[in-house]
Amino acid sequence: MSDALRAEWTKLRTLAGTWWLMLGAVALAVAASAATTASTHVSPGGPGGAGQDPTKLSLIGIDLGQAVVAVLAILAVTEEYGTGMIRVTLAAIPHRGVMLAAKAVNIAGLALLAGVPAVAGCLIAGRLLLPAAGLGPTHGYALVSIGHGPTLRAAFGSVLYLGLIALLSLGIGAVLRDTAVSTGIVLGLLYLPPFLAQLVSGPWRRHIQQIAPMTAGVAIQATRNIRSLPISPWAGLGVLAGWAAATLPVGLAVLKARDA
Amino acid sequence: MSTLVEPSRGGGFRAALRAEWTKLRTVRGWMIGLVFAALMVVLFTFLQANGKHTGYCTTPNPSSCVAGNQYVPTGPGGEAVADTYEFVAKRLTGDGTITARITSLAGRIWAGATNEAPSLADTQPGLTSWAKAGLLMTPSTRQGSSYAAVMATGGHGIRFQYDYTHDQAGLPGSISGTAPRWLRLTRTGDTITGYDSSDGTSWHRGGSAHLAGLPTTVYVGLFATSPTTSKGSATRATASFDHIAIGPLAVGAVQAATGRWHGASIGTGPQDFYTTLGNGGYRQAGDSIHVTGSGDIAPAVALAGGDTASDSLLFGLVVALILLIVIGTMFITSEYRRGLIRTTFTATPDRGRVLAAKAVVIGGVGFAVGALASAAAIPIGEHVMSANGNYIFPAASLTVARVIAGSGALVALTAVAVLGIGTILRRSAGAILAGVVIFVLPTFTGPGIIGPTSSGSVATWLYRVTPAAGFSMLGLLPRSGLVSYPYTMANGYYPLPPWAGLLVLGAYAAVALFAARVVLRRRDA
Repeated sequence: MSDALRAEWTKLRTLAGTWWLMLGAVALAVAASAATTASTHVSPGGPGGAGQDPTKLSLIGIDLGQAVVAVLAILAVTEEYGTGMIRVTLAAIPHRGVMLAAKAVNIAGLALLAGVPAVAGCLIAGRLLLPAAGLGPTHGYALVSIGHGPTLRAAFGSVLYLGLIALLSLGIGAVLRDTAVSTGIVLGLLYLPPFLAQLVSGPWRRHIQQIAPMTAGVAIQATRNIRSLPISPWAGLGVLAGWAAATLPVGLAVLKARDA
Repeated sequence: MSTLVEPSRGGGFRAALRAEWTKLRTVRGWMIGLVFAALMVVLFTFLQANGKHTGYCTTPNPSSCVAGNQYVPTGPGGEAVADTYEFVAKRLTGDGTITARITSLAGRIWAGATNEAPSLADTQPGLTSWAKAGLLMTPSTRQGSSYAAVMATGGHGIRFQYDYTHDQAGLPGSISGTAPRWLRLTRTGDTITGYDSSDGTSWHRGGSAHLAGLPTTVYVGLFATSPTTSKGSATRATASFDHIAIGPLAVGAVQAATGRWHGASIGTGPQDFYTTLGNGGYRQAGDSIHVTGSGDIAPAVALAGGDTASDSLLFGLVVALILLIVIGTMFITSEYRRGLIRTTFTATPDRGRVLAAKAVVIGGVGFAVGALASAAAIPIGEHVMSANGNYIFPAASLTVARVIAGSGALVALTAVAVLGIGTILRRSAGAILAGVVIFVLPTFTGPGIIGPTSSGSVATWLYRVTPAAGFSMLGLLPRSGLVSYPYTMANGYYPLPPWAGLLVLGAYAAVALFAARVVLRRRDA
């Protein structure tokens, strides 16, 4: 297993694309958070003036950064099929479970590694920009701070969220083997349900938000009004973990059943 | 080789076009994807339409209508209208004229929350700019009837209006005891002409209306009405008239208008969609008549609460966009992956021509998918929504054709833009990522995704400058300069006019394609 880990790590490490994508994920996340928090204006008496969640708002960039993390994870497996490298890989590591596990560990590790600066950057952007948006101490909101318990949970959870998104994407990549199709499916799976949830009414909206990987997973970012959420923070992250745990074995089964 | 015939330019492009079409057509996965995209539009339109349940009445008759459900009248041009006012009328047979002096126009505005039922208990004085009072002729007191009227307004001076959508300005200024206005309506055959005057002797012709098929006997009289403010508060207005005279046009003709004044509250029943403030009425005091009314005589806008034929189309189109983004990307990146691009350039050395052929093929296919899918989905969605009791704003067939063509253009331009991005990046993952982030995500600026505070201004901005502007082509909600209403995204209005929105999306596609052409010529394949 350690040889497999090292082999996969070497393959990922020596690709320039890996580091560009990680940089891109962090930059996109922080830029999106900064842009959103800078353009937010909450009037104290206006609709939605009370009960805002500055932490969740600061972490909005993760919603965008996750797309790059997903692509990074998909490429880790589909590129090998595209170039034919997979046959060399499997010749070196004949046990397919070990090979996939080694990829999963490396990719999840990279996603967590990108997650730390991304989350930190988003929170700093929120801390600096939200007071001007009407969500600062003068309006009864505390500054976004990691010392605040729920914010710490949101920050830690968002890093885990990116790791789980990477595993989910890796699983789908292993099932579909094609970069374009996998990217389309993963991005659709992430972004379409929250959009659909807005358009339907009644219990369906809640059900979609409870089962879809993104809407359930980002529940971890909430720090206020937890009771009104469709799903509680850790349960939501659990749903996303369930998605990852479901796609990886399917990926493995496909890997074992099909010729490379 | 003895002879090498250089193909003509046009023939070369046609050959390139055929080559690209063959490449697209023969990849089974892509064809399945295209059909799937069209099916998704229809499926999600059906599902979304099926989830909408509101109760509207098809007639104003309370006995055939579920309590609490609303009725939206239809005007003579087939458009949705508000037709709620207080009318004090007599019958007029044959050609004739009515003259009156309006000496005051004052109103009250509901001061409570707009989501509560307005009552007279909590009001403050004030006159909304489109409060109307004056003279009106109509063949029927049924809602949505044809009419012509000359009126004083709260803030737009004297106006001559007919059939809800036609409007001409007369004397400016507001009404007061020291500045009264004289109004006159004259009927000659099917033509009704309005006049205004500040002294009752020198008259100015305000405008005239030809109302086809006007019966011999019409209702003629005084009216008052007052629409909700742009903030949604109900209002009412009271107008005072004197020097009222109705008579035949020809001297010596038989008395045309007979009987007493008869008051009628048009459309103020519980079924009418228009929110009114209190009940209207009239009071006669000597020679003057005071009329109080609430409502509007104007086109209905989104405040009627209805849906449009394109309302359920959005999500399905976004799903189709993602599929076309994937196919549009692969249309070029798979050639780089397999090395086919070198064969392509050997066959057609002019790289700009190859790119143009690819753009025409993927754009044409995208247009066909989007347009066919929405042409099938719109009637299905409309049928399901009306079966669920939703009110659907009537739309002219040309306008629906614009939505169908717009859906096609939306998908086509996005596919072409992504083809350009794919040509520049040469990699599927990056191009699809860019395609989804640039062309799909700005569309999702609802409160659920961009954030809890997603202010309307952010969404408005995104629908102006990002490719989401292309969705303006789906806009079908009626607007009117005669109704002061917040035509904002929160109320369902796109910030850009349809074709301007499509132009914004087209600019993105043009830039992507142009950059792709430059890159394609400079780089090695």
